[in-house]
Amino acid sequence: MAVDTATAVPPPPPARQQENKEEQPYLERGKKRHTGPLLLGILVVWLVVFALLKNHDTRALGLQDTTDFHEWLNRIRDWVQLHGPDNWFFGGVLGFIGDTFNNIFTFLQKLVSIPAFPRPVPQIGWLGVVAVFAWIAWAVAGLRSTILVVITFLLFGVFGLWQDSIDLLLVTILAVLVCFIIGLPLGIAMARRTTMSNIVTPLLDIAQTMPPFAYLAPVALGFGIGPTTAIVLTVVYALPPLVRITEHGIRSVPETTIEAARSLGLTSSQMLRRVELPMAKRTIVVGVNQSMMAALSMATIAALVNGPGLGKPVNAALQIQNIGAASVAGLLIVLMAIMLDRTTTAASERSGGVASVSGPQVLLMGVVLEKLPRWATEDAGRGVRHPRLTNAGKWTIRGLWLIPVLVAVYLSRQQLNFAQFPGRDVWGFLKPIDGKSVTKYINDFSNWFIDKVDTFTLALKNDVTKVVINPFQNLLAESPWWAMALVILAIAFVLGGWRPTVISAVCLAIIFGTGLWNDSMVTLAMTLLATLLVMVVAVILGVGMGRSRRTDTIIRPFLDAFQTIPPFVYLVPALALFGVGRFTAIMAALAYAAPIATKLVADGIRGVAPTTVEAARSTGSTTWQMITKVQLPMARESLVLATNQGLLYVLSMVVIGGLVGGGSLGYIVVSGFSQDQLFGKGLAAGIAITAMGVMLDRIARYAAARVGR
Amino acid sequence: MTTTAITPEGGQASPASMENPALHVDGLWKIFGPRADKIIGTEQANLSRKELQEKTGHVVGIRDVSFDVAPGEVFVVMGLSGSGKSTLVRLLTRLIEPTAGTVELYGEKITGMDDSALLETRRRKVSMVFQHFGLLPHRKVVDNVGFGLEVRGEGKSQRRNRAQEMVDLVGLSGYENNFPDQLSGGMQQRVGLARALAADPEILMFDEPFSALDPLIRRDMQNEVIRLHEEVGKTMVFITHDLAEALKLGDRILIMRDGEIVQIGTPDEVVGAPADEYVRDFTSEVPKSHVLTLKWVMRPDTGEVPADAPALPHDQIVRDAARIVLDHDGPCRVVDGDKVVGVVDDEDILRVVVAEEAH
Repeated sequence: MAVDTATAVPPPPPARQQENKEEQPYLERGKKRHTGPLLLGILVVWLVVFALLKNHDTRALGLQDTTDFHEWLNRIRDWVQLHGPDNWFFGGVLGFIGDTFNNIFTFLQKLVSIPAFPRPVPQIGWLGVVAVFAWIAWAVAGLRSTILVVITFLLFGVFGLWQDSIDLLLVTILAVLVCFIIGLPLGIAMARRTTMSNIVTPLLDIAQTMPPFAYLAPVALGFGIGPTTAIVLTVVYALPPLVRITEHGIRSVPETTIEAARSLGLTSSQMLRRVELPMAKRTIVVGVNQSMMAALSMATIAALVNGPGLGKPVNAALQIQNIGAASVAGLLIVLMAIMLDRTTTAASERSGGVASVSGPQVLLMGVVLEKLPRWATEDAGRGVRHPRLTNAGKWTIRGLWLIPVLVAVYLSRQQLNFAQFPGRDVWGFLKPIDGKSVTKYINDFSNWFIDKVDTFTLALKNDVTKVVINPFQNLLAESPWWAMALVILAIAFVLGGWRPTVISAVCLAIIFGTGLWNDSMVTLAMTLLATLLVMVVAVILGVGMGRSRRTDTIIRPFLDAFQTIPPFVYLVPALALFGVGRFTAIMAALAYAAPIATKLVADGIRGVAPTTVEAARSTGSTTWQMITKVQLPMARESLVLATNQGLLYVLSMVVIGGLVGGGSLGYIVVSGFSQDQLFGKGLAAGIAITAMGVMLDRIARYAAARVGR
Repeated sequence: MTTTAITPEGGQASPASMENPALHVDGLWKIFGPRADKIIGTEQANLSRKELQEKTGHVVGIRDVSFDVAPGEVFVVMGLSGSGKSTLVRLLTRLIEPTAGTVELYGEKITGMDDSALLETRRRKVSMVFQHFGLLPHRKVVDNVGFGLEVRGEGKSQRRNRAQEMVDLVGLSGYENNFPDQLSGGMQQRVGLARALAADPEILMFDEPFSALDPLIRRDMQNEVIRLHEEVGKTMVFITHDLAEALKLGDRILIMRDGEIVQIGTPDEVVGAPADEYVRDFTSEVPKSHVLTLKWVMRPDTGEVPADAPALPHDQIVRDAARIVLDHDGPCRVVDGDKVVGVVDDEDILRVVVAEEAH
């Protein structure tokens, strides 16, 4: 009652005002929003329209059918292919870039992975390559990374995928190098100039929202099919994290430090070299790590446009559903991911501060350290008398280790067995563990296992498809397109207000214009369902992790491991368990998106102020009340953020799921590469995917901002 | 202080003697560490905090604490940070599980309660107010105040009414539909106060509730607590690190150091007869004339004082008696009821007042 009067009339002056000496911040009543009822209303109207007008105006398009727009894109392609070489842009600029990368890449390939004519083998054989990479790992990251690198490289050879593995590594490293050359100055410029940041940040936003599948086709059109396309794709995908983290790192240098340096009279470039870069070094290395992981996953996907690397055997094996072969190649991708991740992480930890040279160093400590000249050692500090290496000393030691590396390189140029990784015919002991055997083991095991569980998994797949996926997909895809568009706009408006509604309207218009409305709605249905699943899993695990340190320490390493795996690889186990179909794509999306969402939820739950939790406990809340009334509501910003991230991850994976029978947009993109006359349609599908990604992202973001109130 | 200072009756207050206390705490221990329960009762329990930590890695939070709180009393626990006072108040409702000892609330043993009984106790009998308020930012003021009622399952209209009453009681009328972050610190703590009162508990516990507030606002809030205590008459346990606050609010004060009780006593006892150097040290800055009663400054009656000299009650604060004593020519009588218990003259008063000037 009192509440009603209080809202109806202007609030009376507080009774004890003379006592309130404090100024009150502001007295603004939040507008009452009836989000729940409004959404329910939209659903009811939608269902009614669906019941009345089902299968009218759905804009469905047969698999081989095309629209004028697609044909127009085809004609553009034809034009580019015909006149491109003479055009200043396609032949000139892009052609130059393409040739340069192709030449560099071929040069590197001849150096380490393919026969360098007239030699029957590369310039440097496998032994030399292993030695060189081991040395680099040791120099930047320490002994443990070195061991990991050696084992991983040996497995490349043992599994018989040496060339593909090294090619993938080359694409990844080359792309990261390009990213570094572009991204570091860009990040620095953005940190120093706000205008720059304001211009570039939205571009990075778009690049990160676009599912990778979407820009395969245009890039392939510009650069032709092959290594250059793979590298360019990878750079586009891996650049944003590096730029963002560099900017953040430079910006995070404390203002007081900058001021102090300025008071000493440093010039702008001195400031950069002596203060900002050294202090941001560690953060920048983290950026390189993120960039490298992104690069690896994109380089794998680039196999679809004939990019070199391990993605090719995975893709080929998926086509014929050879789980074993796909697993072997997938396993190597995972190993490579772990190797790159650990090495760059170790390097970043080392770049942090006083790093003692570890690794083989330790073995030599007693012998060598004492005998080294003065300039190579210094006291360890803090009154400890042990000598420690200076920088010059470290590089001397590293230089000494270069000698056996050079010997290995020399041997690998001389001996065939050290040049080309020997198969089982040469080294008989490899027989039980080489690629063929492991493929067979995995196929046997998976056949056996699938036999045991397939009644269950297939039943699960069929039931879920029938009870959940089909009805929901039908609702979205069989509603008239105009009804569907209105529903989406209404939801965008209720959740986020005018801005996301306008953006959504533009995106929907684009999707409609691509002529793939129906397929887009199928993809949207799968994306929404998978996101729902992701959030269920993320909330259950995240609440557990956020509430209990122990649960967190048990689960978090698994999440970390899952996050290192490139999305492409998730298709393999999903395919093994569930066969082809939309359900499989959803499961792969779940596995791909759940870790990031779970972490965000867990962080949100942990971020709830301990005082509040204690206060709620002191009023006698049960655990359930604590979770539902205190922790989840207070973590809702994280929940929305997790949903946003989950949506984007799921969307990109659902699309890739086109490879395992996910159908719709993803499948159209893939068929665009394989069938000439469908190129334009594939390109259009990419555009539709991007539009959908932007739309979902914006709706979720504005909803998040609103929830944050 | 002066040679004439008399030991107050009973000296150090002996806590175990109270009949029907609101809160009875006996032999309470808290040791942090994996094998905490193995330590009590052994030699190790007698080690100092530092030694125990060095030897076993365990940290003593609370060491063998016993006290009683009378119904309707404001009982202040005071100590510097790290003295264990915040741990102590959490042990009382088992927000932290005690290692040993008993806590009884109106004869009901809190230690040893099963989970559901403990929840019930927290829901109905004990309420807490926290230093950083612990409000729920996503709920309006009125829903924050009603949170405890919601948790124990009361209907919406009922808890709204009760919450509104409490909002009015703490002077927040008109702000009930605001969100906590729209209010200043002092107002937020009023919400915390209202939330604690809403459950109509038997005992209120305050964990340094005003430490985060500006000095002026803190004074307002202290007055607010005094007013509420007069209005609702709840038993209160009040934790603070501010001696002035302790002296102002406390009927009795418990002083802690390193998890142990140093002294329990009324404000004038603590200032007039500090138990040791530690207490003396941080009561030394207190304006004594504002705390000490005549009983602490009077001399024994040797019969020299005429019967027509003004009679002052022995528990009157020196500052309040000063004008009368200084205006009167010659010593005044100090009485306990009808009985003359001592005399006090200008010099006795001035000694206390001047001693402060010297600081």
